[in-house]
Amino acid sequence: MRETSVRRTVAAGVATIALLLAVGWMLPRWLQFLATMAFANGVVTLGIVLLMRGGVVSFGQGMVFAVGGYAAALGSNRLGITDALLLVPAGGLIAALVAAPFAPLLARYRGIFFAMLTLALSMVLYGVLVKSSTLGGSDGFNVARPTIAGQAISNAASGFAMYALAVVVTGVLAIACAVYFASVRGLVSLAVRENELRVEYLGGSVRRVMAGNFVAAAFLGGTGGALAALSLGHIEPEFSYWTRSGEFVFAAILAGHHGVIATFVASLLLEIVRSFSNLYFPNTWQLALGVFLLVVIRFLPRGIGSLWLDRRDRDAPAAGAQAEELQSQAPARNGTTLPGGAA
Amino acid sequence: MSAVMKSSTAAAPVLSASGLSKRFGAVVAAQDVSIDVAAGERVSLIGGNGAGKTTFVNMVTGYLKPDAGRITLGGQDVTALGPREITRRGVARSFQIPQLCAEMTVLDSVLVAASCGEGALSPWRPARTSARKDAALALLDRFALGGHARRRVSELPGGVRKLLDIAMALTGHPRLLLLDEPTSGVSADEKLPMMDTIMAALAGEPVAVLFVEHDMDVVDRYSDRVIAFWSGKVIADGSPAEALADEQVRRYVTGTAR
Repeated sequence: MRETSVRRTVAAGVATIALLLAVGWMLPRWLQFLATMAFANGVVTLGIVLLMRGGVVSFGQGMVFAVGGYAAALGSNRLGITDALLLVPAGGLIAALVAAPFAPLLARYRGIFFAMLTLALSMVLYGVLVKSSTLGGSDGFNVARPTIAGQAISNAASGFAMYALAVVVTGVLAIACAVYFASVRGLVSLAVRENELRVEYLGGSVRRVMAGNFVAAAFLGGTGGALAALSLGHIEPEFSYWTRSGEFVFAAILAGHHGVIATFVASLLLEIVRSFSNLYFPNTWQLALGVFLLVVIRFLPRGIGSLWLDRRDRDAPAAGAQAEELQSQAPARNGTTLPGGAA
Repeated sequence: MSAVMKSSTAAAPVLSASGLSKRFGAVVAAQDVSIDVAAGERVSLIGGNGAGKTTFVNMVTGYLKPDAGRITLGGQDVTALGPREITRRGVARSFQIPQLCAEMTVLDSVLVAASCGEGALSPWRPARTSARKDAALALLDRFALGGHARRRVSELPGGVRKLLDIAMALTGHPRLLLLDEPTSGVSADEKLPMMDTIMAALAGEPVAVLFVEHDMDVVDRYSDRVIAFWSGKVIADGSPAEALADEQVRRYVTGTAR
């Protein structure tokens, strides 16, 4: 990505935010709420996608989701901070601070060990939250509706206001992630996923990359948790439960690890499927969700993003083949013929 | 060590390994190995399987810690350092089995190598700027890989992967490059052209090259100096003509002794 492409990414992101705000204004209230939750969950899923690009999957993203949610809720109820523009980033920051001490340890693990360690951390937090009466125990507690930029929100406007907040926050974070994915560190993350040994022998620090990704994913998870808690007006230990973490992994698999947009498309699809399954099959909605995932894995093993990213990739090798053909017509360099036909 | 004819160079050696020993249980993989390599030298390491060549390369690049001895790079002790720290001090290597990222494109692979060589990995500096891509393509052209730039590594033939492995190692402008069997797995007809390409690509670089090799035609043609290993020891060290004529080398390495 060139510097101009960074500007293009930012411009496209800002335009998308504006478009979503305009569309959101016209949506019915129930759909505004559904989309708000999809954006909040999408930010958390984006953290898992970020980790997946380095080759690991967190089964404990519920931990940072809960930390962010409780931080925002406590900030509102106990500290009297009412503005969502302070509470939401605070949720992300506190989740990142909580995750940071674990980052050097987790950066040493891969595969199922990383997944189980993160799951263990989230379940430890769940246990603490359930037993803590000062934090509302297993029922949690309600959170007052926040102000936005100092403006109180009426009941009638609250649906769109929270939707707009979610769109702007997730939009900014999505742009940041798109820039990160195309950055030097983002590219090296992909190399770590494929061959850690090589990255170390090229002078790159695999553990530093992995630890950084873990903390960044925690920030995203905490921000999503704060958005969700403020939108729901309620926080409870279930935020940290393993099934919640599983849903984020579900969405990440649905999205694939290749891009940012796919994450939000997957999150929105998942939210729609879950809502309608819950409506029409209240007792077996998990079954419908499971069948949906099976279908996606069967037909889109690289995720929804592969629908458009694979086409782009197919074009790239074609361009490469053209260049190769041109080169094969040129005089041989160094007077040699190389294996594989390169001259 | 018989017929050891160490080359004497006025400049301080790029690599100085002294008294290196390494055991794996009862197996002695290196025994009191001392080797100096000067800037710009082309040195081949020869010996049968298990002679200690790759163990030496692995000790120099930090993958293995020697049981005894000392390794310095430009006078700086690196014996206790790991691969990443040693790479940062100007040592690069390629592998007998190329260590690549199969799902990446050739161009992205070189960009990864260039990124790792730049030090701190920026989370916002774009990886694919025009300048960076031009530099990567220029490097690929030196290895005659320009036409493969947009292909996935998994689609490449074995010989091309070997060249890419070496090209990636060269992105950080190392002062010492270690090539572990650069022509292994390549057909006999392709070995010399491949080495021509590698040596032409290295021609402008003030880099010392140490390569492990089994093909004596390659050794004779591309080395300034040959170091022969047998049973974890250096048994000969000199010009190709001198080393390949050595009695022990003929008996234990080339199998041409009468």
